[in-house]
Amino acid sequence: MEEKQKFTVSVYTENNVGLLNRLSAIFLKRHINIESMTVSPSEIDHVHRFTFVVIVSETLIRKVVGQLDKQIEVVKAYYHKEDEIIYQETAMFKLSTEFLYDEKIQNKLKLRRAHMVAITKSFFVIEMTGLKEDVDRLYDRLKPYGLMQFVRSGRIAITRTPMAISELLKTS
Amino acid sequence: METLNKVIINQISTKVEKISGAEAVIKCLLAEGVNLAYGYPGGAIMPIYDALYNYQNQLHHVLTRHEQGAIHAAQGFARVTGKVGMVFATSGPGATNLVTGIADAQIDSTPLVCITGQVSSHLLGSDAFQETDIIGISTPVTKWNYQITRAEEIPEIIAKAFYIAKSGRPGPVLVDITKDAQFGELEFEYKKCEKIRSYRAVPKLEIEKVKAAAEMINSAKKPFIVWGQGIIIGQAEAEFKSFIEKTDIPAASTVLGLSALETSHPLHVGMVGMHGNYAPNVLTNQCDVLIAIGMRFDDRVTGNLQTYAKQAKIIHFEIDPSEVDKNVKTDIAVLGNVKETLAEIMPFINRGSHKNWLNEFHKLLQIEKDEVINNQLNPTKPGLTMGEVLNLINNETKGNAVIVSDVGQHQMFACRYANFIKTRSSVTSGGLGTMGFALPAAIGAKMGVPNREVIAIIGDGGFQMTIQELGTILQTEVAVKIVVLNNSFLGMVRQWQELFFDKRYASTVMKNPNFVKIAEGYGIEAQSVSQRADLTTAIKTMLASKKAYFLEVMIAQEDNVFPMIPTGASVSDIRLS
Repeated sequence: MEEKQKFTVSVYTENNVGLLNRLSAIFLKRHINIESMTVSPSEIDHVHRFTFVVIVSETLIRKVVGQLDKQIEVVKAYYHKEDEIIYQETAMFKLSTEFLYDEKIQNKLKLRRAHMVAITKSFFVIEMTGLKEDVDRLYDRLKPYGLMQFVRSGRIAITRTPMAISELLKTS
Repeated sequence: METLNKVIINQISTKVEKISGAEAVIKCLLAEGVNLAYGYPGGAIMPIYDALYNYQNQLHHVLTRHEQGAIHAAQGFARVTGKVGMVFATSGPGATNLVTGIADAQIDSTPLVCITGQVSSHLLGSDAFQETDIIGISTPVTKWNYQITRAEEIPEIIAKAFYIAKSGRPGPVLVDITKDAQFGELEFEYKKCEKIRSYRAVPKLEIEKVKAAAEMINSAKKPFIVWGQGIIIGQAEAEFKSFIEKTDIPAASTVLGLSALETSHPLHVGMVGMHGNYAPNVLTNQCDVLIAIGMRFDDRVTGNLQTYAKQAKIIHFEIDPSEVDKNVKTDIAVLGNVKETLAEIMPFINRGSHKNWLNEFHKLLQIEKDEVINNQLNPTKPGLTMGEVLNLINNETKGNAVIVSDVGQHQMFACRYANFIKTRSSVTSGGLGTMGFALPAAIGAKMGVPNREVIAIIGDGGFQMTIQELGTILQTEVAVKIVVLNNSFLGMVRQWQELFFDKRYASTVMKNPNFVKIAEGYGIEAQSVSQRADLTTAIKTMLASKKAYFLEVMIAQEDNVFPMIPTGASVSDIRLS
């Protein structure tokens, strides 16, 4: 049995209604759970980028990416291993204002490149961008204070090698 | 036809007066050369049907008795003509009734454009009467789909729909049009779609791969070809024949590839797969180079992948890059339309001779004949066999007929024993295995090639899944010949129960109605035969008829399909009994 690993799948697409459904159906068909997903405009006008994170074997991800790639409105689909990309995710933590001047929290923020993004009478919000593990660590540290809310984004990633999407659009 | 289209387009493009979205739909279809469509009207598609009324002379609409009948008819039409099949249905249940046919067309790469009506755009998402999210429902089973909410979108989207449906690896496209978009007005101008920037219909041909494949073929001692429907879809029959004749390589068909090469060709060594022929299945595991052409290594073809052709180098000629290495790891993938890649490889291949190797196939064929085929085609025991019915049909049609088969035992008998001399002569639901496919598909096929004999071979189970389409025959007077092979069982499931489930015949016994009376009720001449002595005359009578004809043949219940590769077994472990 081939070992499963974490893959980041980047899919460049036209910006059309319903495409998410079409792409996620391909994961669904093979019973693959999507760990995280982000959709945003890309560096090219009118071209969107989906970033999926999944944990599967490489044989499987190659087949899935082939099937994503062949969808009419997909410009190009790629998969990357962890060492082929620079990736980040963002998280926000909402805590009660009673801990605002807690020194331990202040220190944690400095250490972890986290920022205060909102302060009100009743709560304050910490934002942090980093690797999943960094976010996990901060989460563990802040949990004891009673998190009022916690939310994290899906992964976004930049590849180390160039992805020549504009050229693809020109030649096709 | 090409020039006619140009005239239509020219006429259209000089006009700038506004027309309704519904009328625009019809004009788009005419510009695409559509003159036959299947469908069923209803509330949300009424504007389009109303527009159709004015164009009856140019665009003939066939009213089926169920939307599933409409889409299977369009599939039958598309499969025998190579043109895009056209279907109309209304919103809600009309649209959902198409889903089985859409899935069937997707898995068998059949070009279709389905236009469904939808509730008005202001009602979308409100659970309005006959509203269903057909875009969401059809997404996994369409090559592309799109919901039109504004009349101005119609020409561009329909042009895209036709281009996508028929280009590259063909498939079904669904265009959902809200009622307000049908009523809305637009300045009509039609331009055919010739490319889409995010879509490459045919991958770029790599000459290095062609040369590498040629080298491997030239040095092979025991090469073997398995071809699929890609030959037919790519209209590569002539190129394929030149290729096998020059290389002298034995070739076997998949179910869907049947009729691409005439059955009697000396290099045609039968059909691969679960109920295919003995020799090509066994020798798959003895060849040294396996050349797969326009096929996708379906599990019904390969049996257990762990033991499939492991000794062989694999060359895969394929138009869809996502099929390469999907099921079987290839050594060389030659991407592209097989019509081009096969033509391209010809100068690089040597004239070959594989007489001894071909002889291996003949030896195993003889074993299959002795143990299975002769008993099937010329049985001496009482009880009619499906094989003998096919044999007698062959005798009468000389391989000229289009055989449309349903799904089950009779399908496998039809695929195994029907003789073909012309391409696009075998129409069946291969990938999806849709019971109920054959009757409506045969109607569409006959309309596509009215000068050819079209014979539907159907079981008593599948026949009753779309039996209502006898009404379409009554209304259109389409001269399709229907043969129901009746064993009063869901035969294929019964066979599996006999072999693998201790003969526990759970829900496979059929108590059937008087089919002859039913056919006669629809104005179709009909007879039932249960004696061997009457069979030849009955088939002759059916084929002599200029009209539709229904023939029921009562088959022995224990008639099983062999050879057989049990699920999970290797192709070389194919059983003869």
